[in-house]
Amino acid sequence: MNSDIIIIILATGIRLATPYLLAALGEMFVQRSGVYNLGVEGIMMMGAFAGFYATLQLGSPLLGIAASLAIGGLMGLIMALVSVTFKAEQGISGIGLYMFGWGLSGLLFRLYVGGITSIEGLKAIKIPLLSQIPFLGPVLFDHNMLVYTAFLLVPVTGFILFKTSWGLNVRAVGNKPEAADTLGVSVVRIRYQCLIVGGMLAGLAGAFLTLGQANMFADNITAGRGFIAIALVYFGRWSPWGILLGSLLFSLADSFQSMIQVLGINFPYELAVILPYIVTIVALAISYGRVWAPAALGKTFQRGTRG
Amino acid sequence: MVEKIEHLEMCGITKRFPGVLSNNKVNIHIKTGEVLAILGENGAGKTTLMNILYGLYQPESGKILLNGKHVSINSPREAIALGIGMVHQHFMLVPTLTVCENVILGLSKSFLVDLKTAAQKIKEITDTYGLAINPDAFVWQLSVGEQQRVEIIKALYRGANLLILDEPTAVLTPQESNELIQLLRNMAAQGNSIILISHKLHEVMALSDRVTVLRDGEVCADVLTRETTQEALAQLMVGRKMAPCKREGTFSPGQTVLELQDVFAHGDKGTEALAGVSLTIREGEILGIAGVSGNGQKELAEVIAGLRHLSQGKITLNGKESTKMSPARIIQQGLGYIPEDRLHVGSIPSFNIWENLILKDHNHPPFAKHTFLKKKAIMAHSASLVATYGVKTPNLETATGRLSGGNIQRVILAREITRSPVALVAAYPTRGLDIGATEYLHSKLLEARKNGIGVLLISEDLEELLSLCDNIAVLYEGSVMKVMPVEATNERILGLLMAGIAEET
Repeated sequence: MNSDIIIIILATGIRLATPYLLAALGEMFVQRSGVYNLGVEGIMMMGAFAGFYATLQLGSPLLGIAASLAIGGLMGLIMALVSVTFKAEQGISGIGLYMFGWGLSGLLFRLYVGGITSIEGLKAIKIPLLSQIPFLGPVLFDHNMLVYTAFLLVPVTGFILFKTSWGLNVRAVGNKPEAADTLGVSVVRIRYQCLIVGGMLAGLAGAFLTLGQANMFADNITAGRGFIAIALVYFGRWSPWGILLGSLLFSLADSFQSMIQVLGINFPYELAVILPYIVTIVALAISYGRVWAPAALGKTFQRGTRG
Repeated sequence: MVEKIEHLEMCGITKRFPGVLSNNKVNIHIKTGEVLAILGENGAGKTTLMNILYGLYQPESGKILLNGKHVSINSPREAIALGIGMVHQHFMLVPTLTVCENVILGLSKSFLVDLKTAAQKIKEITDTYGLAINPDAFVWQLSVGEQQRVEIIKALYRGANLLILDEPTAVLTPQESNELIQLLRNMAAQGNSIILISHKLHEVMALSDRVTVLRDGEVCADVLTRETTQEALAQLMVGRKMAPCKREGTFSPGQTVLELQDVFAHGDKGTEALAGVSLTIREGEILGIAGVSGNGQKELAEVIAGLRHLSQGKITLNGKESTKMSPARIIQQGLGYIPEDRLHVGSIPSFNIWENLILKDHNHPPFAKHTFLKKKAIMAHSASLVATYGVKTPNLETATGRLSGGNIQRVILAREITRSPVALVAAYPTRGLDIGATEYLHSKLLEARKNGIGVLLISEDLEELLSLCDNIAVLYEGSVMKVMPVEATNERILGLLMAGIAEET
């Protein structure tokens, strides 16, 4: 295999990691605060459509990004309302949110767009000087802005989670909400904030698919990426660097398998397609049990009625 | 700066929960440097009262006066701002955070957490009161006693000068308890006020200046500690004279009802938990199992009840070999079982009281006919049991998990004993119960003995074993060290055997 092909595999892998990273980093905050949001996939669909439609109407991918952030945040808010305020079972609310987002985005697409329509998506930005470095340049420094954003978010979210007061509150609320409550940290407010931030990042992940990759919208464009992102949060042990590792592992396997097809190597296509999923399952299976899961994950918080 | 609490008063506090009047016109007061004990049985309303003072609950009526001024406390945050700190019975610490992070949680207003300054301030506090703790340790690494110190530091860090402690020694070893008592004395001497919630008489006597006794949600006494005695307080708390239960009558055991021969079994972690246990229990006998818990007691109870497989050995129940019987067959064969975990093994917490009462008999007459439940017969039966066993509950439909520990135990006891078993296994039946409930349970076990039931009593409480049992066996690392008639033993002998030291005689 020559180096050009390796560069393509790696560069594609980096690019494909973006939606997983964005969505999983958002879900990391959500789960760190003690909520499962299984609706990531639905939020991504809404973000994908909002980004696409705003760009189509307003002609600017930047406005598309803004729209996807807004819609994603709104979807997160809905999840918060249902699962935090109304205390509905989190797993079920998440599945509901997934179906809602999935169905609504498809419906809106059919109503307002109809058929396949291409848009002018995000352009790759070559970083001056850095992109000139042989091999590394094209692999790392020739991508669109959302790719850079996603990778920059890894250290940024790590910093927020472990070095700021807000991050401390989030970790406390997800592990022992009763303790946070007695110290005047509002469990409800923190969970709302995390769900909204998580929703915005999932929306952005969706926008990447329509604005940064396909330059169009189609039914099921997310293709299960939202659920994989949730698995990656587990794989990454609720830490940004672990999630980065998981995302890259998955996306590189994905990029590798598509290269097998492109190059026409004599390898059954069906097997190639499932390769990344097998890698994920194996990685999840061999990584240890739920040791570091936030202790209050999935539990609705309610102040005791009797002491 | 927080205004110092010179004097605090709660007047006419009333708080109602569905079906229960938890506090009824309660008055308490405390002044600076004083240690006030609030004494009462489980369910007397002590914790509710303190949760009101700490802003977790709002009372229906009544007011709180701080230094003579009326204050309303709507949340823990407001309580903290007034200088009130609380150490909960179940620690409110986040195990995955460090000591320092736990202490400053909820306080930091800046964007970044400043752990350095916080650690410094923590050191000042620990130096003042002689509390040793490493601020960078994770809470999950700390012992229970250390975690409690973190809770106290947390309150002091927030400027608390009135500290509420809810059952502080319940989870501590005797040595840790003594250290805590020293510490609290020291804190009071330095001008803090301390409210101690407890049902343990000796700690109240050792620590407090004054005692307010609560019973059924009402204050029934307010006395100076030095002017009262343990017995007087016990009587006030329970509301009647206490007669400690003692085994009486001669010991005339009948036939063997339960026999274990060389029983081996594995624990949950796959290690050998029982290593060749042989025991015999006869009609009208209480056989005690002493030992530090974790030496095979849990597994012993489970193999007898058929809930755990034997790897070797034989169990005979009521004349038939029960080694391979299913739990259902063993129940039919006449075994009663009071499990260690009364809330999740002994009962189903979300089930009503009547459902829990018929758990073992719901599938045959008189409670069921052709698979249909006979609600009338069940309700009549349940009502009579609740009355006989004095279960305190709003009604029969109440979820069992909502009852206090003592009342749940009464429900289980009612179910097990009325089935007239030939043998009864009771694992830690009085653990965590207050005096009244403990006394009741003891009397029921003795009654079972009188009625010819063979009882296996597993307990850590040596006093309990010595006053109830006919014979006592000591379990150590899965083996029986020795079986002795109660007359031939005492706490010292048992203590040595429990530590694995066989007597040289």
